Amino acid sequence: MKKTTISLALLAVLSVASEARDQIKMVGSSTVYPFASAVAEQLGATGGVPTPVVESTGTGGGMKMFCAGVGMNTPDITNASRRMKSSELAQCRANGVTDITEALIGYDGIVLGQNKSNAPLKLTRKEIFLAVAEKVPSADGKSIINNPYKTWNQINPSLPNRAITIYGPPKSSGTRDSFEEMTMQHFTEEGDLKGLYHGAGLKKYSKIRTDGVWVDSGENDNLIVQKLGKNKNAIGIFGYSFLEENGNKISGATVDGAAPTPALIASGKYPISRSLRFYIKNNHRGEVPALDKYVAMFMNDKMIGERGSLKRLGLIPLAKGTRAASIKSATSHAPLKALSLMQK
Amino acid sequence: MSNNINNHNPFYDPTLKKRHLSDKIFKYMAMSALLISVAFLLVFFTDIISKGLPSYKQAYIELPVKYNTETVADSSFAIDEKHYELVSRAWYRDMPKYVSENPEVMNKTPIEWVLADDEVDQYMKGHQNTLTDEQKTVVEELKKQGKVESKFNTLFFTTGDSKIPENSGFLASAVGSILTILVCIAFAFPIGVMSAIYLEEFKKDNKMSQLIEININNLAAVPSILFGLLGLAVFINFFGLPRSSALVGGLTLALMTLPVIIVSGRTALRSVPASIRQAAYGLGLTKWQVVKDHVLPLGMPGILTGSIIGIARAMGETAPLIIVGMIAFIPDIPTSFTQAATVMPAQIFTWAGMPEGAYIERVSGAIMVLLAILLTMNAVAIYFRKKYEIKW
Repeated sequence: MKKTTISLALLAVLSVASEARDQIKMVGSSTVYPFASAVAEQLGATGGVPTPVVESTGTGGGMKMFCAGVGMNTPDITNASRRMKSSELAQCRANGVTDITEALIGYDGIVLGQNKSNAPLKLTRKEIFLAVAEKVPSADGKSIINNPYKTWNQINPSLPNRAITIYGPPKSSGTRDSFEEMTMQHFTEEGDLKGLYHGAGLKKYSKIRTDGVWVDSGENDNLIVQKLGKNKNAIGIFGYSFLEENGNKISGATVDGAAPTPALIASGKYPISRSLRFYIKNNHRGEVPALDKYVAMFMNDKMIGERGSLKRLGLIPLAKGTRAASIKSATSHAPLKALSLMQK
Repeated sequence: MSNNINNHNPFYDPTLKKRHLSDKIFKYMAMSALLISVAFLLVFFTDIISKGLPSYKQAYIELPVKYNTETVADSSFAIDEKHYELVSRAWYRDMPKYVSENPEVMNKTPIEWVLADDEVDQYMKGHQNTLTDEQKTVVEELKKQGKVESKFNTLFFTTGDSKIPENSGFLASAVGSILTILVCIAFAFPIGVMSAIYLEEFKKDNKMSQLIEININNLAAVPSILFGLLGLAVFINFFGLPRSSALVGGLTLALMTLPVIIVSGRTALRSVPASIRQAAYGLGLTKWQVVKDHVLPLGMPGILTGSIIGIARAMGETAPLIIVGMIAFIPDIPTSFTQAATVMPAQIFTWAGMPEGAYIERVSGAIMVLLAILLTMNAVAIYFRKKYEIKW
């Protein structure tokens, strides 16, 4: 008898679940999470609607849920620290998510930081690759060998004679994905080492060495920053906002001649940077009326502008022209086209 | 001489000294094991309490506040330039709303206690902070005049999560925990107890029932994250219940708690002596009457103890709730079972990843509250056991 009551209760709840809701649901990147939840809180406090729910699932996980279909049980927005892939868009379309708008909000730089008491460090992406890859080209450049480098000056005599120790994010992190893509696959997939690595059967090579030189340091960037305070030889890899917050203790290495400053990250001169975005499911606009309010509040100079409140949280604002264009396309619900995803 | 005596003593044991020694060693090893665990516990508690107590205090500043049409339009003008940055962003955000609710303050400049920024709060507590030297002198000045004060942190106990550290509290997650646990109890307790009764009193002993038994015992040891995956597949994807809601979270935790309740329930029922049942049958009672009037009431203290401990464990659980979307930024206090909610351990987890010192403090503060609740629940379990325990 109790079981029948329970199944009846379940059925009753079922009918509740399919109604329209006034609360926005978001998933996606942990990098965008602090910005999205700040805007969500602001909307809840001043917009007269329930505070949107922001879940941090990682970019890939968010895309999967976002593209799972249309309906009140799927998220309305997914945050991303990279562009949507064409395969993900195809998945979306196959599941009926046909009307998507992309909103570019700003940039995040991946910083190689060190204890401030050290002399400034000038690195190139090639040197970073040689320091972290498990297999590197041999000195004559003809074969691939296990990484022999233990100190920075073995890679380049002009670099300091310091042991290579790198505290970096673990495999589950989006920061790690971006780092591998921009410093390692940059050479092994597009650059001058492509032939060598593909010839050895190593496609999309981005394996980080496991001989103790690279130390996985957890998702918590705070921890990496703390470790740099104790270990003066070490280099840490983390998001730009942590450099800004700890500028009195930590300095960022220049990469390919560009220092990790907001201006150089925004202009793309600093090479290890990525764009932050969110994707809006326009199919839900009718049933979730707060969606437009959220987009209008987020895509506004007060939030993402040069003096916007998200800058205090570490967002690197877009250049003025790009920003205006992005705000316009997001607030006018410009549909995302497959072709535009091909562009960088 | 003495050797001689010993040699002739039929009870003399040459290994006696050695045996006593190993006895002593064993005793001290066991004792040091206990000491180590007590030491760990002490370190844990002193660390949590010393870090957590400050979170129950929050700095407020006494300042003149300008209420007029200009400052309502842009609340950053309500506080003079010198103190502008010392006041919480949450205060600026909520000020227009406050004025619309209290129109009598309009066009006045009352002196009020306003919420201070978390960095001022951290400075007041002597913790690491990012105040500039200039700001520090301003705070010191205010301190001399008695215009900055650490007051009891009511916000911490009355609000939900916030991206503004000084504005964040754990009430929303506490309410979420209560709703989730209510769902968990409503499903796990009756189903668990009924299953235990069936398995113990009605079931015939055959291959099938043995298989079920083994599986239930195994389920009790399954890692909790797997129940999260089950909850996602069954409740969200199949039944279509709302993600992140207390309902889904409670059902998922109920799945996890069920085997614990069944196993402990069966043990409790089994401890009711067979003589009671036989006497009842002898009087011609039906099985239902025997269970309802005799076995269940006598087994209840044991069942309750097991259930409370299982539910206390569910209350501290985070892993399965990650999968069903309850670990998220959910600042609103939930008012129904289908609304998005978060739970206390989840709130502790999200705060622990934040960079600001004020959150680290709140982590320990929230842990203290959670521990207090869990200890109370366990105390209740012990009370029930002691009060209704019957020695046969």
